[in-house]
Amino acid sequence: MARVVPMARLMQGNEAVAEAAVSAGVMFYAGYPITPSTEIAEHMAKRLPPLGGIFIQMEDEISSIAAVIGASLGGMKAITATSGPGFSLMQENIGYAVMAEVPCVIVNVMRLGPSTGMPTAPGQGDVMQARWGTHGDHPVIALCPSSVTEAHDLTVKAVNLAEKFRTPVILLLDEVVAHLRERIVIPSRENMEIVERKKIPEENGSFLPYRPEAGGVPAIPDIGRGFRFNVTGLVHDQRGIPSNDPGVAADLISRLLGKVNNNAGEIYTSDGYMLEDAEIVVVAYGSVARSARRAVKEARAEGIPAGMWRPVSLWPFPAGEIRELSRRVRCIIVAEMNAGQLAGEVERHAGGCPVVSLGKVSGELISPLEIFRRIKEVFS
Amino acid sequence: MPELIMDYFRPGSLPHMWCPGCGTGIVLQSFLRTVQRMGLSRDEVVVVGGIGCSARAVSYIDFNTVHTTHGRALAFATGIKLARPDLLVFVLMGDGDASAIGGNHLIHAARRNMDLNVLVINNSVYGMTGGQCSPLTPAGSKTATSPYGSMERQLNLTGLAEAAGATFVARSTAYHSRLTSDLIEQGIANKGFSFIEVISQCPTGFGRKNKMADPAAMLQWQKQSALPAEKFIDLPPGDAKGKFPIGVLYKNQAPDFMEMYLGMSSRAGCDNDNRGKGNE
Repeated sequence: MARVVPMARLMQGNEAVAEAAVSAGVMFYAGYPITPSTEIAEHMAKRLPPLGGIFIQMEDEISSIAAVIGASLGGMKAITATSGPGFSLMQENIGYAVMAEVPCVIVNVMRLGPSTGMPTAPGQGDVMQARWGTHGDHPVIALCPSSVTEAHDLTVKAVNLAEKFRTPVILLLDEVVAHLRERIVIPSRENMEIVERKKIPEENGSFLPYRPEAGGVPAIPDIGRGFRFNVTGLVHDQRGIPSNDPGVAADLISRLLGKVNNNAGEIYTSDGYMLEDAEIVVVAYGSVARSARRAVKEARAEGIPAGMWRPVSLWPFPAGEIRELSRRVRCIIVAEMNAGQLAGEVERHAGGCPVVSLGKVSGELISPLEIFRRIKEVFS
Repeated sequence: MPELIMDYFRPGSLPHMWCPGCGTGIVLQSFLRTVQRMGLSRDEVVVVGGIGCSARAVSYIDFNTVHTTHGRALAFATGIKLARPDLLVFVLMGDGDASAIGGNHLIHAARRNMDLNVLVINNSVYGMTGGQCSPLTPAGSKTATSPYGSMERQLNLTGLAEAAGATFVARSTAYHSRLTSDLIEQGIANKGFSFIEVISQCPTGFGRKNKMADPAAMLQWQKQSALPAEKFIDLPPGDAKGKFPIGVLYKNQAPDFMEMYLGMSSRAGCDNDNRGKGNE
């Protein structure tokens, strides 16, 4: 058999997300058109039917995430994609997926908000919506790519994490990364780590679907496989039966938080650039990190000891790395296309180290020059 | 009923949360009788509920049950049915759930002729929150949020389901429990979107405020107001006031969503005999 050599291709970020989802085993897509995420739906509409997968265009984003959750309960890996307004509409059911522990991936391509905002302009204003958009205390996993290759790899990772921890995972692209076309080498499927949901072998009368296993994650069977249990967004016991018992509520919510927070070491991802001797650190993510990298390079050329730190997992936030950096650098600049959403989070963990917010809410990418100027200002 | 409870209720699920005189238990009994009569396998039945008094039934009964978010049961059920076309999926909603917050999903699930069996228990109010008016509250009725009488017009939900593309539309009442069982069976036989409205009573949230506090009187009202659809049609204009038709209201043959989908995916190059069994 001829060995398939992975070929370099020119691909758009949104397309890479769709391709990666298919590679990760996603066979169900439900969505509603919205700029700037629509190419993901269009690509899935083309890719899934020949493979025997399901693509369905729903009547809105609320039903899109609901159908995704339903399909996942039925045993399919499932994904949806949207942008700010649609992401807002999905929030209630994202909380349902958290509570009922249903694996699913929500891709949110961030555009300038609030409201309809500027639909074709980039933004990063949904960082806190990703964290706190649904009501109640809940765990969140949110990943943020800054290149087309990373959009691909993090989509695979998002699907894997969703299946492993049985929780919704949010992939936060910004419009720039989503519409960027660049070179990508897609690894062959054998070279990708693909997590499969634990299959429960056979019917067992005393089986408790919501009993946590190692790591706090229950092995919930797919529905219609001989285990008849209840799935609900109400506080429920290990059978899935609703409960008003304060002890049951506290145990459940704590376990849901714990299964992500206690396993955060497996989820944290970040990237550093010239951090070893840096005195000024630029924190940036998504497309802005590309500008930040360039700005750091320019600063170094002028003899300024700058570096960049890029959180790839925005949630859970790799706070330990900020604590460590803050002890040895003079200043942290947080560059982001919002009014300082992650800057607040960085500040919370930076001890006494000064944190400067370089926010931009004009619907434009922050340029390397803007970041470079701020580095210079802070340094002098 | 005792044997139905033994067979189909989850151990330890009683007592239920419904008020004395509530019609939901009667409608649930009609459903369970159909399941029993048809010998349906509990493992192959999925019951999806929204939020409300009627939807709470799902956690009591021993099937694959999914208690979803308010108004969204049909959208969840759509995903479940597409992932597992082999399962028989029922959707249990109240009138507020199905017609107000979930109205859009009803239109589109019907339009797609999704192979779902929908049961809307219409008790004229939002019962769970204490009896507020819903789109199906009869005009002029007093509820917690219409203390001077509801001034809004009542929605014709079966008419909406028909217009949107449902291929089986029927109505029954809590009083006509055998008819309800028969209609559920006919709905199952229809491969496509089957919609049944069951008019029920909420003595606590509706009856007390509208001079009908006695559940038996409410059932009497159902008995007297309901006319078989074929008789209702022949009523002279004027005599229909205060009456409503029950039985099968509309039937049509049309391919369901999955049939259309398989046709489309075959054209797209899918080997549907080995569908969903693997990746590339």
